[in-house]
Amino acid sequence: MMQSILWEEELRGGQTWSYVLKRGTALRLTDVDGGANVSALFYNADFPEERYNMPDTLKAQHIARLTEGFVLYSDMGHILCSITSDSVGWHDPIGGTLNAAIVHAKYGDKDYQRHRNEWTQSSRESLLLELAKYSLGPRDLTPTVNFFSKVQVDADGSMHYVPGNSKPGSQVELRAEMNVLVLLSANHHPMEPGAVYAPKSIHLAVGQAAPVAADDACRVSRPENGRGFTLTERYFGSEARA
Amino acid sequence: MSLIESTLQPVDAILDVTIPAGDGWIHEVKKGQTFRIVDLEGNQAVDTFFFDAHDYTDRYSAVDTICAQGNIYLSTGTRLLTQNGHALMTITADTCGRHDTLGGACSQESNMVRYDIGKRYMHACRQTFLKQILKWKPDLNGRILEKRDIGHNVNFFMNVPVTPEGRLTFEDGISYPGKYVEMHADRDTLVVISNCPQLNNPCNAYNPTPARVLIWEAE
Repeated sequence: MMQSILWEEELRGGQTWSYVLKRGTALRLTDVDGGANVSALFYNADFPEERYNMPDTLKAQHIARLTEGFVLYSDMGHILCSITSDSVGWHDPIGGTLNAAIVHAKYGDKDYQRHRNEWTQSSRESLLLELAKYSLGPRDLTPTVNFFSKVQVDADGSMHYVPGNSKPGSQVELRAEMNVLVLLSANHHPMEPGAVYAPKSIHLAVGQAAPVAADDACRVSRPENGRGFTLTERYFGSEARA
Repeated sequence: MSLIESTLQPVDAILDVTIPAGDGWIHEVKKGQTFRIVDLEGNQAVDTFFFDAHDYTDRYSAVDTICAQGNIYLSTGTRLLTQNGHALMTITADTCGRHDTLGGACSQESNMVRYDIGKRYMHACRQTFLKQILKWKPDLNGRILEKRDIGHNVNFFMNVPVTPEGRLTFEDGISYPGKYVEMHADRDTLVVISNCPQLNNPCNAYNPTPARVLIWEAE
């Protein structure tokens, strides 16, 4: 859990945010009103060619959902972030990202001249703009983690968005195991039903994380994660923590 | 699961190549052509990736493909979409019935995490992908392919179910010798294959086997 909060801010619905979360710090996302979605991208801030890898994260932990005790793997066998605390139970890694075509079809196009900050935006396009600030582009896109959203899969493979997954005040906390470039878009999940464009705001808190203990829940949750932590500590050499 | 056979005959193909286990293949499939992958000995994972042949920045997207069709499995009727929403290929025949696009490709690094840190020396799919794309020519915009261009691929013939509880499992294959999947190119597509060399996973009985690829001209 976060030991001390350095600062807090509001990520307004429809808006995008980015920040380099240093190793040993933590980011807490709070779904203030319930029913929010945050689409997130993760990169090694010191070497962005290393980035979150959805299949490696799923395969190493035999999961298609994310919650407390699981970690986010890079494509290089390192752990970018650990999910150290979660009151939701299910965050979606496979449902995709809201793009301009979905916004156009589902919500219609509202421009800035007439609608000001109520205009319709898409997570894909917003995240690409945010990535460009770090000289990253479409080649660097990965599937997003869709925090607070749930997509369930039936035996025949059909995917279902499950409404009401996140209650007001729901929180998820990420501990950075590397220096992680985090990009967030607080916008609708692409599979969310409804014709009204009204993305929910998110409360953000950045703080100092407690040291990683030898019996850390994310580390010991599976042998794969133990090896992932070891490889990440080797990457940082003498900076390895107990 | 609907199994659909093709009417195309191998004797009419303009290309017919066997890819040994652990080997790679890179080739442009032109718009209108039909492309078939055959699982020659059964239960092989044929890791396959796709780029828009004229713009390498637009590539196959696993999540856009499954989100658009509302189903995690690929089979007849699946349109393989890029992250810009363009259809590269449409699956038109399939005698296996189910193909995975969530499992991605094995790498030396993921083998270390999944199996043992000492497994780093073992051959892995992302080595094959890298080897293939690094030798390939630039696209029309002069862009070359590098590691950052390798997204998340299709694993033809692989069975990776997701449960309603959100678990991901690797099940025994449902493919047998001679099963194939066939797709029609909706645009000029650069296809990269790593015929998986994985020796740590029981889903191929620890025995990677060859695959065959064929291409037919447009009717």
